[in-house]
Amino acid sequence: MADLAPPARRLPTGAISAALVAATVLAVVLVPLFVPLDEQAVDLGSKLRPPSWSHPFGTDEVGRDLLLRSVYGLRVSLLVGAVAALVATVIGTAVGALAGALGGWADRVVMRVVDLFSSVPHLLLGIFVVAMFRPGVGPVIASIAVTHWLSTARIVRAEMLSLRSRPFVDAAVSGGSSRLRIAVRHLLPGVLPQAGLAAVLMVPHAIWHESALSFLGLGLPTHQASLGNMVQAARGSLLAGDWWPTLFPGLFIIVPTLAVAALAAAWRERLSPRRRSELTL
Amino acid sequence: MLELRGITAGYEPRRPVVRDASLTVAAGESVGLLGPSGCGKSTLARVAALLHRPDAGTVTLDGEPVRGWRHRAPREQRTAFGVVFQQPRMSADPRLRLHDLIAEPLRATGRRAEAPDRVRELAAATGLTADLLTRRPHEVSDGQLQRACLARALVLRPRWLVCDEMTAMLDASTTAALVAVVEDYRRETGAGLLAVGHDPVLLDRWCDRTVRWREVQEVQEAQQVQQVQASQKEALR
Repeated sequence: MADLAPPARRLPTGAISAALVAATVLAVVLVPLFVPLDEQAVDLGSKLRPPSWSHPFGTDEVGRDLLLRSVYGLRVSLLVGAVAALVATVIGTAVGALAGALGGWADRVVMRVVDLFSSVPHLLLGIFVVAMFRPGVGPVIASIAVTHWLSTARIVRAEMLSLRSRPFVDAAVSGGSSRLRIAVRHLLPGVLPQAGLAAVLMVPHAIWHESALSFLGLGLPTHQASLGNMVQAARGSLLAGDWWPTLFPGLFIIVPTLAVAALAAAWRERLSPRRRSELTL
Repeated sequence: MLELRGITAGYEPRRPVVRDASLTVAAGESVGLLGPSGCGKSTLARVAALLHRPDAGTVTLDGEPVRGWRHRAPREQRTAFGVVFQQPRMSADPRLRLHDLIAEPLRATGRRAEAPDRVRELAAATGLTADLLTRRPHEVSDGQLQRACLARALVLRPRWLVCDEMTAMLDASTTAALVAVVEDYRRETGAGLLAVGHDPVLLDRWCDRTVRWREVQEVQEAQQVQQVQASQKEALR
C-alpha cells in the first residue's frame, strides 16, 4: 500500500478568497482613517493622467486620484451590499419560514405573492423603488433588499417543508410543543446555515446592483465616490482611449465580489461534507 | 378507553392508505398490532396518537370524541400519548443533546423546573449514563438514541403509549431492555399500550392480545389480494 499516490492537492480557493475578502475589508476600514477624501476637490491641471507612481490608478476627468476614490467607492459598495443582503435575507427567511411552518393555504398565498414579485424584472422594480426617493445610500439599500428576498424565501420554505415532515416534529407535537416553538426551536435552526449562505452569496449580487443603479444615474449622488458612479463618469474618456478610469474601478467591483462568491462556494461545500468527500476522491 | 372506528386515512386526496379500520384499546390494556410492512399500520398508529387527521372515522378517547388532530387537539389530549417511532435518527432533533431531547416536552409545556429530576430518573430507567446525556444524536448508537426517545415519550407521564415498530432497528438485548422499561412504566401507572410491529413472536409475548391487520381492516385486505392476483395474471399473460 506504500505506493499509493498522495491525494492531488486542490487549489485552496477558500483560503485565497478569504484572504482577498479580508484584505478588502481591511483596506476600506483602514484607508479612510489615514487618508481623508474631499469629495468636492478637483485638480484640473492633472486631469486624466495615466497610472504613475504618484497616482497608481491614474486620475479621472477632473484630476481626482482614482486609487483613493476606488477604495472609498468600494467602501460604499461593500456597505450597501452587506446591509442590503442582510435585510433581504431577514425578509426572505421570515417569509419562507412563515410559508414553510404553516403550510396549507397560508403557504399557497405567500408563495403566490413571491411569484408575483418574481414576475417583475427585479432591476426594474429596484429602479421603481429608488425613483421614489431622493438619491442616497438608504433608498439604494431598500431597493436591493425588497427585490432580493425571493430566492431566500424559496430556499427557506423548501428546507422547512422537508424538515416539517420528519418524525421529530411529530414527537414535538406529541410532546405538547406549540407551532411557534416547533418553528423556532426545531425548524429555524435547521435552515439558518442555508439562509446564512444565501446572504453571503447575495453580497456580490447586491454590489453589482448598486453599481448598476449608480451607472444608470439612479443610485448614489454623482459627487459621491462609488464604483458605479466612477465607471459611469469614465465612459466618455474610454472612447478617447483613456482606459484606466474604467478598468480600475471595474476591477474593484469584480475581484472582491468574485472573492466573496468563492468564499460562499467553499462554505457550501463544507455544509455538505458528503459532496466534498466525493469531490476530493 | 381508546377507540378507533371506521378510520380511513392517507396522505393524498382520494388515495387512502388505511380504509375503514377499527381498533379498541381498553384502559391499561396492551394491544399488539401486527401487519406486513407498508400495510398502513403506522398511519393508523399516527391517527390514534392524534398526529394524523383521518379522512373519515371517529376516535374516542375515554368516552370523549376527538375533534382535532395535531395542534388542533387540546394540549392535554396530545400529551396524553407518548409516542416512540421506528427510526430514532429521524425522530430526534439532530441539534439537541440527549438531556435536552428528553427534557424538551417538559420545557414545551412550562414544567422546566421538573426537568433535571425527571431526566435523571428516566435516564436511570432506560440505562443512559450521564456521559451519554451530554452527547448529540450523531454521537450515540441507534439503540442508545432509541432509549432516549423512549425516555422522552415517558417524560410527561402519558396515559397511553404508542410504540410504532419501536424495536425494529435494534438488537435482541436492547429490545428486551426497552420492552422491560415500557412494562415497568405501565405497571407503575396503568397506562394503555398500542404496540405496532411485524414480529408476531415479540408482540405475542409483549402484549395482552395481538390483532392481525386483516382483522382491523377486512375490506382493504381483500382488495389488495385482488390487486396482487390481477397483476400476477397480467404478468403471466
